[in-house]
Formats: sequence, structure tokens, C-alpha cells
Amino acid sequence: MYDIIAQYPLSAALVALTGLSVVFGAVLGYAAIKFKVEGDPIVEQIDKLLPQTQCGQCGYPGCRPYAEAIANGDTINKCPPGGQTTINAIADLLDVEAPSLDEEHGEESDVKTVAYIREDECIGCTKCIQACPVDAILGAAKLMHTVIVSECTGCDLCVEPCPVDCIDMLPVAKGPGDWKWDMPATTEEQIKNLHSHDIIATDQNNNDNGKQDGGNAS
Amino acid sequence: MRKVWDLIGGVHPPENKHQSVQSCIGTLPLPEKLIIPLNQHIGAPPKLLVAEGDSVLKGQVLAEPNGMVSAGIHAPTSGIISEISAHSIPHPSGMAARCITLVPDGHDRWADIKGVENYREHSPEELLDVIRQAGIVGLGGGGFPTAVKLGTQQSISTLIINSSECEPYITADDMLIREHAKDIVEGIKILSFILGEPEEILIGIEDNKPEAYEALEPYLQDTNIELVEFTTRYPSGGEKQLIQILTGKEVPNGGLPADIGIVCQNIGTTYAVQRAIQQGEPLISRVTTVTGNACETNKNYLVLIGTPISHLLEHSGFDQSKCPRLIMGGPMMGFTLEDLNIPVIKTTNCILAPTGEELPTPPPAQPCIRCGMCAEACPASLLPQQLFWHAQSHNYEHLEAHNLFDCIECGACSYVCPSNIPLVQYYRAAKGEIRKLSLEKINSDRARERFEFQKTRKEKEEAGKAVKREARKKAAEQARAKKANNPSGNTETSPADDIIKAAMARAEAQKASPQEQRAKLERGIVRAESHLESVQKRLNTLEQDATEKQREQALAALEDAQLRLKDAQQKLADLTLPSDTNVSNTEKTVMEKSQASPREALEKKIATLKERIVITLKKIAEADDESLKTALQNGLEKQQTKLKDTEQQLAETPAQTNESTTTPETENAAAAAIARAQAKAADQASMSDEDKLKATVESLQNRLIKAQEKLASAESEGSEHIDAFRSGVEKLQAKLTAAEAQLAQETQ
Repeated sequence: MYDIIAQYPLSAALVALTGLSVVFGAVLGYAAIKFKVEGDPIVEQIDKLLPQTQCGQCGYPGCRPYAEAIANGDTINKCPPGGQTTINAIADLLDVEAPSLDEEHGEESDVKTVAYIREDECIGCTKCIQACPVDAILGAAKLMHTVIVSECTGCDLCVEPCPVDCIDMLPVAKGPGDWKWDMPATTEEQIKNLHSHDIIATDQNNNDNGKQDGGNAS
Repeated sequence: MRKVWDLIGGVHPPENKHQSVQSCIGTLPLPEKLIIPLNQHIGAPPKLLVAEGDSVLKGQVLAEPNGMVSAGIHAPTSGIISEISAHSIPHPSGMAARCITLVPDGHDRWADIKGVENYREHSPEELLDVIRQAGIVGLGGGGFPTAVKLGTQQSISTLIINSSECEPYITADDMLIREHAKDIVEGIKILSFILGEPEEILIGIEDNKPEAYEALEPYLQDTNIELVEFTTRYPSGGEKQLIQILTGKEVPNGGLPADIGIVCQNIGTTYAVQRAIQQGEPLISRVTTVTGNACETNKNYLVLIGTPISHLLEHSGFDQSKCPRLIMGGPMMGFTLEDLNIPVIKTTNCILAPTGEELPTPPPAQPCIRCGMCAEACPASLLPQQLFWHAQSHNYEHLEAHNLFDCIECGACSYVCPSNIPLVQYYRAAKGEIRKLSLEKINSDRARERFEFQKTRKEKEEAGKAVKREARKKAAEQARAKKANNPSGNTETSPADDIIKAAMARAEAQKASPQEQRAKLERGIVRAESHLESVQKRLNTLEQDATEKQREQALAALEDAQLRLKDAQQKLADLTLPSDTNVSNTEKTVMEKSQASPREALEKKIATLKERIVITLKKIAEADDESLKTALQNGLEKQQTKLKDTEQQLAETPAQTNESTTTPETENAAAAAIARAQAKAADQASMSDEDKLKATVESLQNRLIKAQEKLASAESEGSEHIDAFRSGVEKLQAKLTAAEAQLAQETQ
């Protein structure tokens, strides 16, 4: 065996390399089939970060299509319901600079809204039902429709098709249960809010116009 | 003396408890109105039972528990419900919630209430229901419905009564013990009974309440209740902390004390339970400490639930100018009140009105110097510094990894922080943010699911529509093709095809699964056997006095029956072979049969005849000479009669073969059906309506003749099927007359 290898070093090396490449090729080929990833994982991840309002304000018919578009190189600042938080999260995921929201597609709103159908005005045309991307409107032809509030994403796609304009977007009522504590003011904010006599001399800005107006500490 | 474990971490702020323990628990005159929030507990809001304008009696139910984790509320005094509306409630947010406003009538008349005489005669479930209906919640500050906590399914080995009252200033439990020790011990016994007499019952009390200790001790003689005193250190009154101090056990992360066989109840709750069980009195009042230097008198009051704080303060000599902020709860965990009109609720243990010097506003926060004092003070062994960094950078994943949700928000870390960083506020805000995000996540997941579902549903609908559209299109095309082909004389193909297809489909439907075929064959064998038997019997009876002819007939019938039986058995044996070979076998036999039959020859003949007819028709069309035309037409007529004859013959052939086949066989039936359909189609294709009618009349006549013959032979033989034959003949006759009538109409 050794003799043969010693006698034909070139052929032996070739045989060894070929053998290795065949073995590894087989392993890789098997792994490619066995561990095949269905779909595009990055699309899934982006889709998870999007707010799922399915409002179409980004110009795509739903959040997933937009996620696919982002994966194919579209800009990430087209989602007003998600706002800056979503943009930051996607930028973080894709490791790119986070741009600010593209106002062309709508403004970010802090108030979550849900659709409300003024039921006595509803004529039962089912146009809003067809427009709702999450099947959150209940009703039948010529019968009054109503919104399932817990399922409504507040996308306002139902408002426009209504021929009698009986759908309002109402802010979600907030009770003590929804309330949460605010983050305390940062040190900078606290200093900004302080009156000048609370600050030691070296902290004071030269152009500080606060002239000893007295009063309490905030 | 029992071993007591040390509290992990903790702080020791000035106690300031002496001010409010100088006098006994006081009572207050009835306020002008009581404001009773509907939801004073953790869980679902109760169901309202009264309406505006109703007059209610003291202790009457205003709202009943709605759902598993819920508690009812009761009228604290008699009076009239003046309003049910949103009113600001004691909550850090200062938000408004639904409240019942009760204007007392001053009579303080009790509703009809009755306690349980001897609770030991009742089941724990009944007692739990009393507690639930009495609206009792954890009075220590949690506000969790007591009945739910006591109704745990786990087996409980230790009942811990929390009278630690570790927070500075508050003395409500201390005073309650001093004045109602007997009732409290009675309440503990009730709790113990409900929990199935746990092995250990411990009352945990800090060593700064010697009077309370002494008050309780005499009632604990001859009981298994143990009074355990430990060093005063904040926050020893936290549920998990107290369990750790008294038993050395730790409640698992995210778990409940019941998971380690422990139930912990506040001592005020035990008093409320005693009142509810033995007096039938619902939870309509509680002891609340009013203290702080901005009040002249510092003492505890037995306050009706719903009493506005302003009423309490009025009777305590409160000076608002001295008090920069009014606090509900203690100085460590309490929250600032913005509105003096908010009511006392079930969980209000203290109203603290400190002066500016007493509890100064914290100075602005300085940067963290990483001294680590917060970590030393933390009773939950967390890393407050790390939590602070991550909360500042909104790094929620790391916060959860650092067990933010184990934080009990005791405020020890903020208390020791030399930089005055409001740490707890960061944690509370971060917790709220995380909860909100997880809720949003749940909602968005559901929205995604619904969206995807709608998408697939619409796609399915679309696909269904497309298939239908395609089918319609095809049908339309076929119809068009048919129409286009009609004048050129190729009519026989398409309708014939259709009929053949239909017949094939029918045959396909008839083709049963192997099991069914087998069953059918077996049935056939049984039938054949019984037939054979009956034939043999007949032969035996005939033997004595029968003519030669009859005997011959009977013998023939016997032979026939034997053949049938053999055939059926053969088929069954075939079927038992593996299914695929079986199929091919049957196919082969069908093929052979069809080859062997004279049908093919007939069909070929018909086809050639048709071709000739077509050629003749063309010739007729092309012919311009009158005499040639008539000659050709004559030929055509001859050809047509020939064709008809052959077709007639063909139509009869399958019938004959059917008669000759002995056992029911699906493949044969299918082949026959196809053949019949083909023949019929061929007939119809080449005939005019009149011809068709004629053909039917003819075939009917033939069939009638045959049927009559059969009837005659059956009558001569004395067959049992005579009636069937007769009715068949009658039916055929009726059909024939109808067809003839139609033909007559057509010819006219």
C-alpha cells in the first residue's frame, strides 16, 4: 500500500482528493436536501417585526408582501403604523442605518384606532367586509354590519369603500388597566427642566436666559 | 423557638409607626356620599346589580362576582344610588373608572345578613363561596380575590399569616391585632379548616410590634398556630420574602407559593373572613392609617369602603399647605394622589400626608457610580444596576433575561441609591412596556393568521372559479365544434362519444372494489347452490309421474345450475389472487370475450355500411342527372335498410350474450353497457326522427314477441316467474302502443 503511494505520489494524491471530494459532495448534497429551508427566512423575520395591520400604506397588499419587498431591497421606512420602532428593529435586523419614516406613506400615530360602524346608517352593502384584510367585519348583504373590535387592526381600509360613509376610526378607549408607568426623565432632561439656581455655576450655559425666576424645583 | 431565616438584602428606613398607635381605632361620621369603584381587585370587573335611583341597605350586594377571578361589592351603608359613572379612582395613573355613588340616608340599616353557625359542619367549598360572595380580597395591598387563593388545587402544608407590616408609617394591621386578636385567631382557624388543616400555621410578625404579639399570644394557647417574631427589616412583608424568612423555601420563578405547598394571607384578610363566615358581614369597611405630620391627629380608622379621602383628612386636621404631596400606601411603595375626592378602596391601608421636611422631594438623579449598593439591598437577588442600564436603553430582551419580572418593586434599591436614581420607576416603566409589546405581539400574530387565512380562502375560491370557468369554456367549444361539424355530415362522432363516455362512467361506477366484488361473488355462489338444490328437488318429485320431455327439461336445468355454480366458484378463486393480476385477468377475459363475440364483425359491417351511405349521399348531392339521382336514392334506401338490419342484429347480440352469461359480472356488464351505448349512438346518428321511432317500434315488437314466447314456455312449464313475465309483456305492449301512436303522429 505504502509502496504504491510512494511510487505514484501524484496519482495517489489525485485519487485521495477525488475520493474526498466525492464523499464531501455526497454529504453536502444530502444536507442540502435534508435540511432544506422552506421559504426565505429573512422574509419571515422581517414579517415578524412588521405590525400586521395589513393596511397597505406601504404600497404593498399586506405586511408579508412588504417584507418580501424589503428582502428584495426596498426601503424599510414605508410603514407608518409600525413607526420608528419598527424601522429601528428592521434596521437592526438587516444591519443597516435606520432612516426616518417616509412621510409620503402616512404619519405615525400614537393613538391606536379601531373602526366603528354607525349601525343605524349602514345599508348592508358588504363593501367594507370585502375590504377588511383580517375578516374583522361581520354582516351580510342588506343586513347591518359591525366590527369585531378585538380583531380590528385599525388599518382604515374599510372607511373609503363605504358608500354612505358610516364608518369612523375611533381611538381605543384606555382605562387604568392599559396604563403604564412612564420612564423617568433622563439626566439631561432633568437638568433642562431645572431652574438656574438649582444648577451649580459651572453647569450654567453662557447664553442662559433664565434669570433667577425663583419658584420650586421641578 | 423556631428557626428563622434572614431576609436577603433589605433596608431599614425610619419606622415612624409610633405616631399612629397612640389611640385606638376610631370611627368617622358618615360622609356625604360614598364612591365605590366597581373594580377594586385583580381580575374581571363584577356584574352590576343595581341601577341609579335604587335605594339599598347596608351590606346589600351592589355587584356580584363575574367569572372565576372576581369579587363582588356591597353597600357600605344604607342609602340611595345617586350615580353610576366614571370617577377618579386610587390608581397611580389618576385615571377615572366606573364607580357607584351612594348617598347615605343616615339610618345605617343593615340588610338581612346571617353568618354560618358552625362552619365545621359545612364543606370548604360552601365556605369559599361565602367568602367569594362577601367580596373579600387580599387586604395587604394585592387585592387578589381570597376565595381563588384559598381554593387552590395543590395540597397545602403551610399556612402563613402575614402581619409583618414592614412598610414605614403603616399600623393598620398592628392596631387590628391589638383590638381584635380573638376574632383574628378565629379567622385563622377558619382558613385552616378550608385548607384542610395544614401541618403548619405560622403568623409572621416583626419585632417592632410587641403589643400585637402580646395581644395574640393568649389566644394561641392550645392551638397549633405558631407566632413567629423576626427582626424588623424592609421588605420582610413581601409574600415571597416572608415565606423565605419563615420556611427558608423559595417560591420558583414565575410560580406561586401554592406550588411549594404554602398559602400566605394577610392578617386583615383573616379578620374579614371571620366577619364574613361568622357574622355574615361582607367586606364593607377596613382599617386605614391616616398619618403624617401634615395631619394633626395620626390614627387608624375603621373606614367604610368608598369614603372620600377628603372626608378622612377633614377629620384628621389635615393642612394642605404643609403637604406637597399626598400618598396612598407607604412611603416606599405608595403612589401620589392628585385628587382628594378619590375614595378609600379595599386595598387602601394608609393615607400618608407628610410635610415637605418629613419626606422631601428626591433631588435630581445623578449618574450611576456603580457602587453596587442596590444589588446588596435587593430582596429578590436581582442586579438592579444591570436592569437600570438595559431599561435605559430599552433593551427588553436583556431585561427579561435578568429576571425583571421577579422584581417586587419594593423600592429598596432606590432608597439606598446614593445618586438618587428612581430605579423602581425604570423597572415599572420597562415592565409596562414589555407587557404592552407582548400584547401587541399576540395581536399582530393573530392579525397575521387571519390575514393569511383570508388569503388562502380567497385563493381557493379563485381556483374553484377558474376550474368552473375552464369547464364552461370547454363545453362551449365542444358545442361550437358540434355545430360546425353538423352540416358536413360527421354527426355520428360527437353525440356517440358523449353517450359512450356516459356509459363508461356508469361502468366505472359499477366497478366495485375487490372486497365488494368478492362479497357479490360469494352471494352468487350461495344463490347458485340454492338454485341447484331446488332444481334437484324438482327433479326428484318429477321422477314418479313425468313425461320424457319434462324430465329432459329438468335435467337441462340441473346441468345449467351446476355450471353456474362452477363458474361462480372459479371467479371467486380468481379474485383471491393478488388484486393487480386479478384486474389484468379480468381485463384479459373481457378482451377475449369481446374478440370471440360476433359483435365485432357486426360493428365492422355497420361502419362500412355507414361509409357507403355517406359516399352515396355525396354522390346524390353531386349528381345532376335526375335518373341517376333516383337510382342512387334507391341504392341508398337499400343500404339504409341493410344498415338497420345489421344494427338490429347487433342490438340483439348483447342481449343474447347476456342471457348466456350465468353469473353477474361487472366487467361484462360494463362492456355490454358500452356496446349498447355505442350501438344506440350509431343508430341515432344515422337516423331521422321518424326512422328512430320506427326502429324503436320494431325493436319493441321484437321484444314483445320474444317476451310472449317466454311467457308461453313459462306457462307450459309452470314456472314460478309467470307473473313477472306477464307483467313484462303487458308493459312492453303498452310501450309499443305508445311508440306506435307517436309514429302515427310523426307520419301525419
